[in-house]
Amino acid sequence: MTATAAAQTFRHGIHPGENKELTAGRLIERMPFPEEVVLPLSQHLGAPSRPIVEVGEKVYRGQIIALADGYVSVPLHASATGRVTAIAKRPHPGGKPQEAIVIACDPTSPQTLYNEGALSWEHLNKNEVLTAIQNGGFVGLGGAAFPTHVKFSIPRGKRVQFFLVNGCECEPYLTTDHRIMLEFGDSILLGIRILQKMLGAEKTIFGVEDNKWDAIRSLREKIPSDLPCDIISLESKYPQGAEKMLITAMLQREVPSGRLPIDVQVVVSNVGTVAGIGDMFAYGQPLIERIVTVTGPGIRKPATLMIPLGTRLRDVIDHCGGLTDDIRQVLLGGPMMGTPQFDLEVPVMKGTSGILCLTQSQAPSRREYPCIRCSACLDACPVFLNPSALGSLARSAKYEQMLAYHIMDCIECGSCSYVCPSNIPLVQRFRVSKGLLRMKQAKEKARTN
Amino acid sequence: MNSNPHNLVLSTSPFLKRPVDTPLIMRHVIYSLAPVALAAIWFFGVSALLLILTCIGGCMASEMLFEGKVPFRQRTVTDGSAALTGLLLALTLPPGLPLWMALVGSLAAIVVGKIIFGGLGQNVFNPSLTGRAFLQGCFPVPLTTWAAPGGLTDFFTLRGDTFALPFTNPEFDALSAATPLAKMKFDAAGTPLADLFFGNVSGSLGETSALLILLGGAYLAWCRFLNWRIPAGIFITIFAFATILHLANPERFPDGFFHLLSGGLMLGAVYMATDPVTSPVTPRGSWIFASGLGILVVSIREFGGLAEGVMYSILFMNACTPLIDRFTQPRTYGELNTENEPGESRG
Repeated sequence: MTATAAAQTFRHGIHPGENKELTAGRLIERMPFPEEVVLPLSQHLGAPSRPIVEVGEKVYRGQIIALADGYVSVPLHASATGRVTAIAKRPHPGGKPQEAIVIACDPTSPQTLYNEGALSWEHLNKNEVLTAIQNGGFVGLGGAAFPTHVKFSIPRGKRVQFFLVNGCECEPYLTTDHRIMLEFGDSILLGIRILQKMLGAEKTIFGVEDNKWDAIRSLREKIPSDLPCDIISLESKYPQGAEKMLITAMLQREVPSGRLPIDVQVVVSNVGTVAGIGDMFAYGQPLIERIVTVTGPGIRKPATLMIPLGTRLRDVIDHCGGLTDDIRQVLLGGPMMGTPQFDLEVPVMKGTSGILCLTQSQAPSRREYPCIRCSACLDACPVFLNPSALGSLARSAKYEQMLAYHIMDCIECGSCSYVCPSNIPLVQRFRVSKGLLRMKQAKEKARTN
Repeated sequence: MNSNPHNLVLSTSPFLKRPVDTPLIMRHVIYSLAPVALAAIWFFGVSALLLILTCIGGCMASEMLFEGKVPFRQRTVTDGSAALTGLLLALTLPPGLPLWMALVGSLAAIVVGKIIFGGLGQNVFNPSLTGRAFLQGCFPVPLTTWAAPGGLTDFFTLRGDTFALPFTNPEFDALSAATPLAKMKFDAAGTPLADLFFGNVSGSLGETSALLILLGGAYLAWCRFLNWRIPAGIFITIFAFATILHLANPERFPDGFFHLLSGGLMLGAVYMATDPVTSPVTPRGSWIFASGLGILVVSIREFGGLAEGVMYSILFMNACTPLIDRFTQPRTYGELNTENEPGESRG
């Protein structure tokens, strides 16, 4: 094992306060089953799942209740044994109500798995493993929720040299991946064994920020000698966990603009996804629960919880002692890229890595000043854009010119907004600009066809 | 049913913010200039004090006057930039300047230098230097009449006709003395480097102590409120260029240290050229800007008609800034070498 002494990293980035101590030292706690779970059909990028159960039907924990609708889609499993009480629109973290399957959990059920038992994997070929992953309902658990089997399908003619496991968790406050690495080391290693063989990778490398030194040490001790697997300690810096930044920090390779990691012979996966896949092959458990950090100054009892998917935020927050009186915002995800919620009826979904409760003091609204071209944003941008120039172009709606300044390479990490002394909502403007440009391009494409 | 009983606020990410804003930066620049201002008062007494107060007050008043009816909390005068412009303008003026002229300069700095371009962040030229250039054009004699430095003993001695009324002829008497650059240029007389470094020379308020200016700049660079590349580039260029000239003809040209420490160079390089609004944002652009500025300063001082060229050099390079920025955009992550990548453009 080649242990690197100095922490590797990428150029630029920011150092926001980590605030992970609220939950970093606590064991993962299993949350009891709520009265009902709400499972939206659209929890992932791609086509929503297609329901195959009816209202009134009894379903078992781990049973498939909606099928994948096409290739870029995954099936949905019941996260609790109980009865389907509705298939209707319910509040969704995206803002608009979405179709969801509602299950009233059976309080008398022991909640054992529908299909318990290990899956043998040694004799499976690539496609069989990918199918098993898709049937397990797996999507990236880091937050983007992109179907895992699609990400792991290697196009013909491409080769995987390194399988990178992302354990950075660079978002402040969140300790989900940190606790997974400490408590689910065996699941992770089984997942690595399966995926490394399936991808045909030469080697697996963990990238973990050095603020999680205990996780690095515990994983190092666990890695068996026959597994070509390494751990690199990375500088604790945001956005270290962004896929491109991770690849650059670990391998000094740049993913060409508009391309994918596979173009530099790399596949990256979040550590939670790897652990989940390991668990599926070990016990036959599909993606029906996930680990979520419930934290922030606005929650009375912060914790890292194992939560059945579909549990409503209200139930999670009640379990954690409720919100404080000065609560201001409740976010899904971390404070840099999370999405705020106003309706606590929304459920925990596959991509929910954290529930962050912020109070008055963390999220003040600030007066915006004119850009003084101080270049703090240029020094923060991890993809070396010029947010200062892009910001003024966006302000004057010169979207076409923004293309020449590479707006489409923006990874929307928010570092520019974080550092801007003039409090200009830079990344917010870039998101809008990119959306408008994409719409325009789609329109033009439709016209030329 | 109220779906939002906690009155949760919706906004977009990120939800964390570095606790640094524009007024805080302006305040820190002003703090870092306090020693320079105090040194000016030490050397030039009450005249310097009055000049500084007049310029700061004049700039803030001009800013408020031309802003229109805006609620106080949103007034741009509260961002501190006008006060900083005033302080910097004062530091470029000779100590004996009549106060009414300083007031005219303040008005020009804010209105011509900033407001007509659209306010903070929009101006092409450094506002303080715009104000000074305006004064230099209007009142060339008072602007080039320098008082000799003194100590605290003659604090209350006026260094010129400070209270001259507008449109009268101010009087300049025995107190005037030539600046080190003028001595060098017109009399070929040197000045001890130690005097230049600690500030015991005649000149503008802020042309005195190189040491204090460097300390202030170092503090700002350490806080990352100052683009260190610009002063570094200017110093390197000037030193190199001046040394080459000096080696070629030591009789005619002074050495690099003299150029670095004399005149408005220190103040200009550390506080004026680094004005973020009017200097390039890109690292490569900063080096180009700085070296262009350095070459201009030495050229004007050695080959031009004026003894001092920092002001015009900075204003000229300010005008070049948009062009420099345009041609020095940073290379984006993953930007392709398009030769081997057919058909992969994203446009």
